[in-house]
Amino acid sequence: MADASENAPLAVTPLNALHRASGARMVPFAGYDMPVQYPDGILTEHLHTRTQAGLFDVSHMGQAFLSGANVIARFETLVPGDLAALAQGRIRYTQLLNEEGGILDDMMVTRLADDRLFLVVNAACKHQDFAHIARALSDLTLDILDTRALLALQGPQAATVLGALLPGVEDMPFMSAKNIMHAGVELYVSRSGYTGEDGYEISVPDARAEAFAKTLLVDERVKLIGLGARDSLRLEAGLCLYGHDIDTTTTPIEGDLIWSISKRRRAEGGFPGAAHVQKHIAEGAPRKRVGLALDGKAPAREGADIADSAGAIIGRVTSGGFAPSLQKPIAMGYVDAAHAAPGTELNLMVRGKPLLAHVVAFPFVPTRYYRGK
Amino acid sequence: MSQTRYTKDHEYIRVDGDVGIVGITDFAQKQLGDVVFVELPQVGKSVAKGAEAAVVESVKAASEVYAPVAGEIIAVNGDIEGHPGLVNEDPSGKGWFLKLRIADASELSDLMDEAAYTAFVSACS
Repeated sequence: MADASENAPLAVTPLNALHRASGARMVPFAGYDMPVQYPDGILTEHLHTRTQAGLFDVSHMGQAFLSGANVIARFETLVPGDLAALAQGRIRYTQLLNEEGGILDDMMVTRLADDRLFLVVNAACKHQDFAHIARALSDLTLDILDTRALLALQGPQAATVLGALLPGVEDMPFMSAKNIMHAGVELYVSRSGYTGEDGYEISVPDARAEAFAKTLLVDERVKLIGLGARDSLRLEAGLCLYGHDIDTTTTPIEGDLIWSISKRRRAEGGFPGAAHVQKHIAEGAPRKRVGLALDGKAPAREGADIADSAGAIIGRVTSGGFAPSLQKPIAMGYVDAAHAAPGTELNLMVRGKPLLAHVVAFPFVPTRYYRGK
Repeated sequence: MSQTRYTKDHEYIRVDGDVGIVGITDFAQKQLGDVVFVELPQVGKSVAKGAEAAVVESVKAASEVYAPVAGEIIAVNGDIEGHPGLVNEDPSGKGWFLKLRIADASELSDLMDEAAYTAFVSACS
């Protein structure tokens, strides 16, 4: 999981002391000392997030402003997302692509103004991402926000909890953002997340991060949630974990992310690897990321081979485990296009034995994003 | 009289005569976190010392349970297949994994006693 060299000292987030005081088990992740779970454990943390509100420290992720003339058109040369069609204050999920159409990273892009974007990228990729963007778009200004923490508040109670503190956030639609002054500092609040639940991500200056987290934790509906439950929550929501479910060898079409590319961008191209991506759209990708529901109780993990009913290996599991909300194992992985239709019966090979599974549509657990009243 | 011995992989074997009850220690269940699945061996199977005897899976990962000593599996705890959480709740009691008929009692002397294991665990954490 962690990409940093084992010898490098781990970075810490502004909430490190709070995690330790809360009894977290800390692990190295993407070069940071991060909480994998608190004393309640992953199952309880997962179910708490699905029923109330979970508070996640995601300060290890990369945040930056990209600004300058024509920033919308210029950034579209690196990603297939439709930023021209994005209204001010709205967020798009997209991917940085390489010349083969492979995914360098996936990210959230907020259109703050005609000449200004806000980017949130994965922790393990952030240095390469920012170097890539700065090199490719040297006419623009990239401001890396390395003195701001990022907190995620996720779950059906998130809006009520945050709304009591920051009036107006309850009405923000899913995938919108706004800046809000609170206790003398500017927060960048977005209605988004990585759990399939309604919720927010809140960018807060480092110096105020612990105080802000503690303010949220005063509400008994809010509990700290570690990376372990973050992973099981996003798996149930069918969301990709970069470096596992998508990487430089997968195009967005293979990754079942075609929904993130608009008709205009599919037709016009104009992003790295467009020819490869357009070929996958026109002819179908040779393989596809699919959801896998296991019939039995034994989980299949990342790396397990996927076999067809005749026993031929036709793919590999990229994420898998126990789904606490479903009380059964689920997985995702890549299979040959011929075996990607929902309902297809496959075997996941675990410890030399076949585990029966069926291809299912994402998400495994219905998402509950707030689309407005 | 029963005596309990421990491995460096955090299995215990509670020995009574030539039969040993095998499970994972409280330290091990805490390290694993919530147990969601166990795979138990066939009764009647013979296992070598240090060979994989069972599998225990938490939300995050799968781990092997190794036989502390060689022997024949004479019983498995079916309760933990239906309720894997018993491994967390009561690892040395209701959360046991299997019973072995010990092939060679002298292998027990390679294992740690309670005091040695307690010292070993405090060095691990």
